[in-house]
Amino acid sequence: MIHVFLIIFLITLFYLSIANRMLTYVKVLALQGVLLFFVVFLQLQKIDTLNLVLILLETIVFKSIAVPMFLAYLLKRNNITREAEPYLPNFISLIITTTIVVATILLSNSIKDTNLDKMFFVVALSTLFTGLYFIASRRKIITHVMGYLVIENGVFVLSLAVGNEMPMMVNLGIMLDIFVSVLILGIFLNKIGDVFKDVDVDQLTNLKDF
Amino acid sequence: MIGIYLIGAFSIAIGLFLSRNKIVTFGLLGLFLVLQWVLTLYSFNNLRSTDLGYFTYDSLAVLLLVVLSIIAVPALIHSHIYLDDQPAPPQTRSIYYGAIVLLMTAISAGYLSNHIAVTWIFTEITTLSASALIYHHRNKLALEGTWKYVFICAISITFVFVGILFLSLSLENAGSDDLSYSNLIANSSRLNPFWLRLAFLFIFTGFTAKLGLVPMFTAGIDAKDKAPAPVGALLSSVLMNLGFVGIFRFYVVVANTPLHHWANVVIGIAALLSVFVSTVYMIKVKNIKRMLAYSGIEHMGLVMLGVAAGGVGYYAAILHIILHALVKSSLFFQFTQLYRVFQNKSIYHVGNYFKYNTTGAMVLLLGFISATAMPPSGLFVSEFMIFRSLFEAHQILLLVVVLLLLTMIIWAFGKNIFKILFIPPVDFDDSNVPKISPWESVTQFILLALAVYLGLNPPTEFVNLLKESIMLLPK
Repeated sequence: MIHVFLIIFLITLFYLSIANRMLTYVKVLALQGVLLFFVVFLQLQKIDTLNLVLILLETIVFKSIAVPMFLAYLLKRNNITREAEPYLPNFISLIITTTIVVATILLSNSIKDTNLDKMFFVVALSTLFTGLYFIASRRKIITHVMGYLVIENGVFVLSLAVGNEMPMMVNLGIMLDIFVSVLILGIFLNKIGDVFKDVDVDQLTNLKDF
Repeated sequence: MIGIYLIGAFSIAIGLFLSRNKIVTFGLLGLFLVLQWVLTLYSFNNLRSTDLGYFTYDSLAVLLLVVLSIIAVPALIHSHIYLDDQPAPPQTRSIYYGAIVLLMTAISAGYLSNHIAVTWIFTEITTLSASALIYHHRNKLALEGTWKYVFICAISITFVFVGILFLSLSLENAGSDDLSYSNLIANSSRLNPFWLRLAFLFIFTGFTAKLGLVPMFTAGIDAKDKAPAPVGALLSSVLMNLGFVGIFRFYVVVANTPLHHWANVVIGIAALLSVFVSTVYMIKVKNIKRMLAYSGIEHMGLVMLGVAAGGVGYYAAILHIILHALVKSSLFFQFTQLYRVFQNKSIYHVGNYFKYNTTGAMVLLLGFISATAMPPSGLFVSEFMIFRSLFEAHQILLLVVVLLLLTMIIWAFGKNIFKILFIPPVDFDDSNVPKISPWESVTQFILLALAVYLGLNPPTEFVNLLKESIMLLPK
């Protein structure tokens, strides 16, 4: 059952790579949060309240409600147009994403480690690299933030694959840091929207050596 | 103690953030300095003891903590002068002081942490607090610099986290999943080499954003350029040291495994590329702050070459990073005065500095001599030891290449510095150049003198701490 959710998660990546409208990106990110919640929930061996609350907070509240709402607010406030404006056509994006997935499958087949669930590993790594690809190939700054969030989701899956529970305090610190960094990125995005009137990376080329 | 320090410093930062009253602000800043020094002295007296489970006062941390506490004093003094000279709205001022205290707190805690994930948390906090400082001027360029810095650091810190996850995979056969450095070293023979390799690549790449090494050095350059110069001093000295701590502590783990040689090759390549990249930029650069920042990249490249070469290189690397922090911060502090005279940071519009501010020009000249590691600079000693370690590691070709690149760097650096010092600028109206009190340069002279003293005549206690911090590395 977990694998079904993971495969759906992988499919969302393909969908993201050909999506055109900004709101689609936001919705897919919210969906990814829900999928991650189910994956974690099914993986739990025993359910205790504190753990459940933490997971709920991390996936549903944070990944599927708070961040998408924040992103939607950013889109609205900065009058960002609907189009994602990739540098490359969607078809090529799809091919590149497929290549990434195939490459990670090949890589994971070369690992001889019985303790590792390969499905988690493939999904995690391909999400990570797809996120990096989104950052490199999209023109709008907000899509860079979304690429960063996709990477974060990939890291989340990877942390599930590892199965090594960090101490509670450490876990909490990590969660808080990620939350604040998204917030800070959003705040500065707003500023960029105010100052430059256009939220493209092409605007950010003024720092020079002379 | 660390608990009191963290709670105290965080509440001081919040207090500074809310305070609009000058006297309250000064009181809180003074209180922070006292707290910082109390922590430093406490850690010095309680060497090797562990606090709160996640913090250990080990020798490397104590050394760097002392450096941070020394630099913190002039950093706050120069921040005060800077904010007086370029009046900012009260709110901006409060954010500046709150963020600078938060930055120094996070760096101190990052030095002391003995658990790789705790280092991660505090490194992330440095990114967040630094972003508020880089954005101090609230203009387009500052915004661009901040955005690039925050984004690249966010990505790099995610890389470190991925590395930590791989690291815990490599612990599977070790019987304990505790990620503290001491446990990792104790179990180093049982770490799975495949995952350890991946972990090292990711953690190394991630921390290069803070250390200022190829591949992630770019964000740091923009940040040091756009941040106010007192902050630039912190970013290019103590924050770089935090990146070094992150890499070095994990390197100690890897060095005790069969991957030692492989890790040295990885570090060596990144270090050589850093020296090369900084040479290329140093020759072209016309912005004084960026020039100083690129010089930092060069020094970090040398430090990591020392680490990669091993032997006496380990000792030299830690000595070099300490001395570099003192020298580079003093140069950045001097830049605030230079900017007040010329109101410009392009080398074309700056010159004949000796005429307008003799004391400051002396700092710049001595700082240049120190930064290019000419005797009697302390950096000469450490750099010489790094070259010796390369020689002893039979890397003659590498040594020759590095020396050639360094020659070019010294030429480019010197060309620019002597233009600033002696050649009159074109079209510069010197009718209303402000008079700068020589007293403002005292702290910079002290930092430079300290670098000479620690390099040429190191106290026994200092040498012992240095030796102890590389004790766990294989010979």
